[in-house]
Amino acid sequence: MDAESLLLSLELASGSGQGLSPDRRASLLTSLLLVKRDYRYDRVLFWGRILGIVADYYIAQGLSEDQLAPRKTLYSLNCTDWSLLPPATEEMVAQIAMVKGRFMGDPSHEYEHTELQKVNEGDKVFEEEVVVQVKEETRLVSIIDQIDKAVAIIPRGALFKTPFGPTNVNRTFEGLSLSEAKKLSSYFHFREAVDLKNKTLLEKADLDPSLDFMDSLEHDIPKGSWSIQMERGNALVVLRSLLWPGLTFYHAPRTKNYGYIYVGTGEKNLDLPFML
Amino acid sequence: MGDSPPNPEAPSQQQSSSRRSSQVSERQRSREPSQSQAAFPDEGQQVLLGQQRGSRGSRLSQDFRASQINLRWSQGGNLPEDENLPMYQAEEGGMGGMEYQPMSAGFPMEFQTQTYLDESGTQAGEQATSLMQQLQRLQQGQGGFFQQLESPAYPGANVLGQFSMYQRDDPQFMQNIEHGPYLRDDPALQFSPSELGFMNFGTEMPEPEPRELAVQNAKAYLLQTSINCDLSLYEHLVNLLTKILNQRPEDPLSILETLNRTTQWEWFHPKMDTLRDDPEMQPTYEIAEKQKALFSRSGGGEGEQEMEEEVVETAVPNIMETAFYFEQAGVGLSSVESFRIFLALKQLVEQQPIHTCRFWGKILGLKRSYLVAEVEFREGEEEAEEEEVEELMEAGEVVEAHGEEEGEEDEEKAVDVVPKPTWKPPPVIPKEESRTGANKYLYFVCNEPGRPWTRLPHVTPAQIVHARKIKKFFTGHLDAPVISYPPFPGNEANYLRAQIARISAATHISPLGFYQFGEEEGDEEEEGGAGRDSFEENPDFEGIPVLEMVDSMANWVHHMQHILPQGRCTWVNPLQKSEEEEELGEEEEKADEGMEEVEQEVGPPLLTPLSEDAEIMHLSPWTTRLSCSLCPQYSVAVVRSNLWPGAYTYASGKKFENIYIGWGHKYSPDNFNPALPAPIQQEYPSGPEITEMSDPTVEEEQALKAAQEQALAAAEEEEEDEEEDEDEDLED
Repeated sequence: MDAESLLLSLELASGSGQGLSPDRRASLLTSLLLVKRDYRYDRVLFWGRILGIVADYYIAQGLSEDQLAPRKTLYSLNCTDWSLLPPATEEMVAQIAMVKGRFMGDPSHEYEHTELQKVNEGDKVFEEEVVVQVKEETRLVSIIDQIDKAVAIIPRGALFKTPFGPTNVNRTFEGLSLSEAKKLSSYFHFREAVDLKNKTLLEKADLDPSLDFMDSLEHDIPKGSWSIQMERGNALVVLRSLLWPGLTFYHAPRTKNYGYIYVGTGEKNLDLPFML
Repeated sequence: MGDSPPNPEAPSQQQSSSRRSSQVSERQRSREPSQSQAAFPDEGQQVLLGQQRGSRGSRLSQDFRASQINLRWSQGGNLPEDENLPMYQAEEGGMGGMEYQPMSAGFPMEFQTQTYLDESGTQAGEQATSLMQQLQRLQQGQGGFFQQLESPAYPGANVLGQFSMYQRDDPQFMQNIEHGPYLRDDPALQFSPSELGFMNFGTEMPEPEPRELAVQNAKAYLLQTSINCDLSLYEHLVNLLTKILNQRPEDPLSILETLNRTTQWEWFHPKMDTLRDDPEMQPTYEIAEKQKALFSRSGGGEGEQEMEEEVVETAVPNIMETAFYFEQAGVGLSSVESFRIFLALKQLVEQQPIHTCRFWGKILGLKRSYLVAEVEFREGEEEAEEEEVEELMEAGEVVEAHGEEEGEEDEEKAVDVVPKPTWKPPPVIPKEESRTGANKYLYFVCNEPGRPWTRLPHVTPAQIVHARKIKKFFTGHLDAPVISYPPFPGNEANYLRAQIARISAATHISPLGFYQFGEEEGDEEEEGGAGRDSFEENPDFEGIPVLEMVDSMANWVHHMQHILPQGRCTWVNPLQKSEEEEELGEEEEKADEGMEEVEQEVGPPLLTPLSEDAEIMHLSPWTTRLSCSLCPQYSVAVVRSNLWPGAYTYASGKKFENIYIGWGHKYSPDNFNPALPAPIQQEYPSGPEITEMSDPTVEEEQALKAAQEQALAAAEEEEEDEEEDEDEDLED
């Protein structure tokens, strides 16, 4: 959610039950403003909160002019002091694949797990049990990246692409209509398109290249991993991800208000196929 | 004369000069569409200045009376000063108005002229340049006119003009409304018949120059409409530019395409008539009506009289206070939603005979969510409903039992006795009585405040046992089936109730000392250590300091009974026969002898502290926090369950409250493993009579045959011997 409309956004996203306490909100308003100034971001989004055992992580993201460029992620433990996180790499994803369980809340905490690794000693090749340590910070970076790639969404028409290249915020976006808001196809993943090239030519002919340049939610696997609801008597459409429980996307139809927030434990719901 | 205000709608003016200037305007106007990407706002203001000086009065807006036009034409530009002034004013307004008029009153001309002068390489630009030079020459020639115009009557008008234009914009615009914003640029429409008389002079005019002809052609091309729509490109561009100028967005070039699309869309989707309802918003309005009903006071709105009555104690708790405390913890629905829930609970209390009521929480579902209220009925009130429900259930069971018996009888009557199945269903564990154990409270659910509340049935132990084995999302409809393995005995309402029971039992906690046991009963030992199951509030409870609450888990206790693996809170021996079970058959007695004795299940007693809770993966199942680290004096203690994510409790002084907002599932660090299907049952007992015998092999057969032959041969020899013996006997 945009840091500029933080209070309204939190109010609209409160249907999922988790929000922020007033003192956190107050500190976020000031600190995010300073973050925007210091790092010279075009927009700052309050991404959400990852609940840990000992402490919670508050995550913010900064965007540059090009909305689809990789976002910079910052975290804070007290909503006042923000630290920049390194960008996610493939290696990190591989490292944390073995880590399970809750986040501790301490960025320097290390997860240990033993792995069998092949060690070459001279002519012999034998397997040794090696204790691999992964820092929680790495896990944090990787999880945020995964969540972003999987479930960060925006409504259709909120961004548009110009022939000059960068993706811009569409200032004439007046919101989705009620009938559009209830369809999954009106929402796109907020990331570079992965699936778009695989569409048939017939499908592509119907698309508007300035608006439809991202993947829509329709073809998400597994099917049914999004729950669409109308709350507040049809005045608010809320999408909740079932794959990463805790991600809430809200949009007030016919207005410009939309945003998403993640408040959860940072664990993927691998039981989803059983639960549907 | 170029400076005489040429009417742009009348290309054929009396004077060639005015005609020329009008053609200039036309050509420039015709250039304007193709130059739609020029940046207006930046140059607009500069151009305004220039234009005001340069071509003062060179245009007229259409709302000038025709007489004025005629006057001007006839006078050929030598206008008297007094007339000039009002015209100046009007023109000034006209200029301002024309900027914002969507009409093709040549409004872009001023703006474009400057840019056209700057352009090179386009024929139009060059032509415009040459025309401008002509114009300027003409203007200089008619300097007197200009001097009149630039009279000091409005000394700062040139500068102020731009600003005053904004003020005059509205009235000017308003005046134009009567003509409509989308009037066609058709010369014949603009003139009254009296004016048309002037056009007769056009026949005396010389042939139009090729450039002018080109301008006219270009404009005519732009004005054409297709068979698909009535909108010509010219009008669309006029609309677009008007919109841009009205709204003055930043960096319009980058949003040009979207603006283009929006303008087109708006043309085809005009604002609906106020008399017609918007069909899309119908459901929204209906729901709003329902919610409005919540806000009306009960018993007719006699407002003043009600105020005089004493404030009656109501069973509805102070939801707003609870919501406030939870908000400190960062949990809970927004305060607006909380108030609506309060009103909905109030409605529930009025409809049902409720003794105490509590907002339990919210369970999220796929299509809709559930708001859950935990209530206790007044003594004796609920029995009537209870009996109905029980009768239904018993009737169902009896029918089933009869069905089984009939089936068995049929089988016995069959000629071939089908082997009886040896499997007997496990004995049904009876559900707990209301107001005890897991059924201590009644639960009502509704989807949204304003909708009717539905009562959930009591939970049976079988449902709890099954609920532990499956993990399913709630859809939001109470009658939806729960498709799972092992098959859940019930529909979504039962599953919901079972989960609510589990969550309550696991996560309802209170500060140590808030509840205490009642007077001690002496038969504790006789109950077999089942423990006390009733408690009451401790009147002497003084709150525990918040810091202590946060530090130690021993300061919190469970006040809901733990649910045993059996599915009940108090253990019941399933082997005890009930009346129904005896009907089913006598074989059970024999089976009983074979079965092992079932051990009594014991769970932690009531009011055990949280420090005794089992850990999940070496992590405490509870997390405690102070709500605000910056002001510990005023913060509340918040406890969050790690086992059931979404369950929160706060405590502050003497107050505490539990709430659950979440999906309704337990947290498990390992993946969910569905129950495996049962092993395949034996169809029938195998015995020698039905066991297949293996056929003898060839060797065996031959050996047998050989043996038989030998036996035969031996027998024959014996017979022969006997015969020989007999013969010998006879012979002798």
